[in-house]
Order: sequence, then structure tokens, then C-alpha cells
Amino acid sequence: MNEPVGQRTGNPSIMQSGLILAAVAAICTTLVASTFSLTRDRIADNERAFLEQSLTPVLAGKSFDNNILASALIVPAPHELPGTENAVIYRALAANKPVAALFDVTVPDGFTGPIKFLIGIDLDGVVLGVRAIEHKETPGLGDLIDASRSDWIFQFAGTSLYDPAQTAWAIRRDGGAFDQLTGASITSRAAVNAVNQTLLYFAANRDNIFTAPAGSGDADE
Amino acid sequence: MSDQKSMATRFVAGLWHDNPGLVQLLGLCPLLAVTSTFVNGLGLGVATLVVLTMSNVLVSATRRWIRDDIRIPMYVLIIASLVTCIELIFKAGFPALDRSLGIFIPLIVTNCAIVARAEVFASRNTVASSLLDGLAMGGGFALLLCALGFVRELIGHGSILARLDLLIGGEVLNGLQLTDGGFFLALLPPGAFFALGLAVAGKNAIDRRRKKAAGFRLSI
Repeated sequence: MNEPVGQRTGNPSIMQSGLILAAVAAICTTLVASTFSLTRDRIADNERAFLEQSLTPVLAGKSFDNNILASALIVPAPHELPGTENAVIYRALAANKPVAALFDVTVPDGFTGPIKFLIGIDLDGVVLGVRAIEHKETPGLGDLIDASRSDWIFQFAGTSLYDPAQTAWAIRRDGGAFDQLTGASITSRAAVNAVNQTLLYFAANRDNIFTAPAGSGDADE
Repeated sequence: MSDQKSMATRFVAGLWHDNPGLVQLLGLCPLLAVTSTFVNGLGLGVATLVVLTMSNVLVSATRRWIRDDIRIPMYVLIIASLVTCIELIFKAGFPALDRSLGIFIPLIVTNCAIVARAEVFASRNTVASSLLDGLAMGGGFALLLCALGFVRELIGHGSILARLDLLIGGEVLNGLQLTDGGFFLALLPPGAFFALGLAVAGKNAIDRRRKKAAGFRLSI
């Protein structure tokens, strides 16, 4: 129970220390691995539910009747969409007619790491809604791109490649038409650029986007 | 009897006299960063409390094998594994809160209050008293996080206990909205420093007044 303090000093051999450390590492790894396998399904479920829940607002109430999650079209990197990671396009259809495309893109140029955007664009190339669904932006500054923190991201709804004109697709500080978040121009720039680039991609590939079969050539989830 | 007394003393130490945030000023990074709302403070507070208590227990249970030359890597291993587990559990159980706390859950690893308790206390005391110490110190830290979150949310957002649904699930709970918006500075990093500074000052003022009162009593 009450052993003397400092007993653990005294004749330490490197071999023994290494073995102890290896044993502790093995135990800790087992702990983490078993927690992971216990929580894996729940986490995947949560992510799916969250995606479903976040696809709704970027559709801005457009009605559709297909299974959006099953319509996923995976665009493997490198691609013309923003970011260097695989992008996903969800297609919303009503009576087999295309209604809108939802882009799930991850851009690397946030202030504190990548930002994952969901961008909804209707058939005419007008933005229905944009949401930042994953980011690590500074609390109180950059994290205002999150719709739960401020309504900054709502300003994209209704914009298109012609409204504002292509030259005005920038934040006000850079001479553009979009308000920037105070103290977070890098974050704001990342959002404006991501939406603009997605619109350009949509304009160039609109027909292919809606006719391509679900899944993708080499990436299949 | 004396055991009970020392238990109580240890709790008072963690919650007040040796509070990791107020007195030792440890773990300030998460403390300042996440306390913009009460629910965030509570979430991170509970996560830190659990990690601190478990790391204290594990370090204390293995203290016979912990040698001086490898003690720091062992603390790091134990704490990092615990934090990873907590992060996975948060992702599974409280996905919305996990998104709201973001990077600060994994960053519990770097909370020096945890390594400090492992080194100063758990590595030289019994499992039972280390468990108690973890609960007391973690409790003190969590209470401070909650208090700062409560005050900053009240001043910054003008609301009380908003978004408790992040923790308990169910419908969106907007709490008690007193004013529409608030004094935004309280939510920014300087607001965190102001709030912590005032909390430390308040604690010292109370201590001084108590000491004075005790002095009077003694002199009578």
C-alpha cells in the first residue's frame, strides 16, 4: 500500500525500459483499437445521418423524388472542381428530370486546415445554398462560415456566374462583390473561390453531371 | 474519520485552493478557446475530467513499472490513447458536440494539467487517492470551463444554456434568450482572457477577505 517514494529509481537497464515501454504501447494500442471497432458503426451512421441532414438546406426547398445518397457520383482527384481531394456530386431528380446538383468539395486553403463545403446548384446554374460542413477555423472569427454561427454563408444563395459578374467573384477587400468575415479574409476567400470554381465546373460539365451513372470509374464507396 | 477529512481537503484543493485553471493556470489553451458557450465548456470539461481521472488511475496503477528515464513517454502514451478513445466515443455518442468542439478534443493530449497530475501526484500515490485527485482536479477544471462558458455566452450571445441538445440529443434547444445578440468581444479571444482574469481576481479577492475574517476571529 504505502511503499517508499523513489523506489523506481535504481539500476535502470535500457533493455528493461524498452520492454516496459513496448508492453505499455501494446496495451494502449489494444485499448484504442477495441474502442475504434466498438464505435466504428455508430460513427459511420452518424456521418451518414449528418450528410443527409446537411444536404437538405443546400437544396433550398427544391422538391425531388430520388434517393440522393444513392445518386452519389465520385469525382476522383485530380479534377477541375475545387480542392485536391476526391469530390462527390449528388444529383437531385424529380420524375427523372434533373433538378439540382449538390457538390461535396474539400478545399485545402482554409486558415487552419481544410474546409469541406456542400454547394447546391440548380439546373440554370444558380446557387441554391452553400454550407461549410467540416472545418477547423478559428472560433469566433473564421468559424462564422458555419451556418450555426452566423448567416454569412447565406449570401451565396441566388448567385451565379453572371450575378455577380465573373470579375466580381471575390471578397470586397479584393475588389469583389462578397462581404468578408471580419478578421477572417483567408477563410472568406476560400469560400468564395470554392463556390466560383464549382459554378465554372458545373457550367462546363452540366450535361455529363446528370447523365453519368452513380458511382465512378475507379472510386467506389 | 481522518480519511474522510483528507478526502474533503483534497476535493476542496482541486475545486478551489489548487484549481488547475484558477491557481496553477494550466491547460489555458482549451480553457480560453472553447469557453464561448456553456455547452462547449461543459463538453470539454467533462472530457478532460474523464481523461484526467483515468490517466491518474492508470499511471498510479502502473507506477511500480514506471521508471524515471521512460516516465514521460509512458505518460504520453497513456494520455494520448485515452484521448483517442474519448474522441471516438464523442464522435459516436455526441456527434454534434464533437463537431462544435472540433480540434480541442484531440488537443486534450496537450493539456499540461493532465501530465502535471500524473507526474506530481499519480506516480507517487495509491490508486484510490489518485482517482480522487483526478476527480477533484478535473472537477475544478470542468467547473471553471462551465463558469467561463456561462458568463461569456451570457454577455456575448445574450443567452443562457443554449444548445444543450448537443449534449443530451433531441430537438434544438435554444435555451433562454435574454437579448438579441450581445457584446461580441466576450466571444472573441480577448473576451476569454478578460473572463479568466476576472475569475482569478475574484478568487483572490474572496481568499483575502476570508483570511481577514479568519484573522479577526483568531484575535478575538
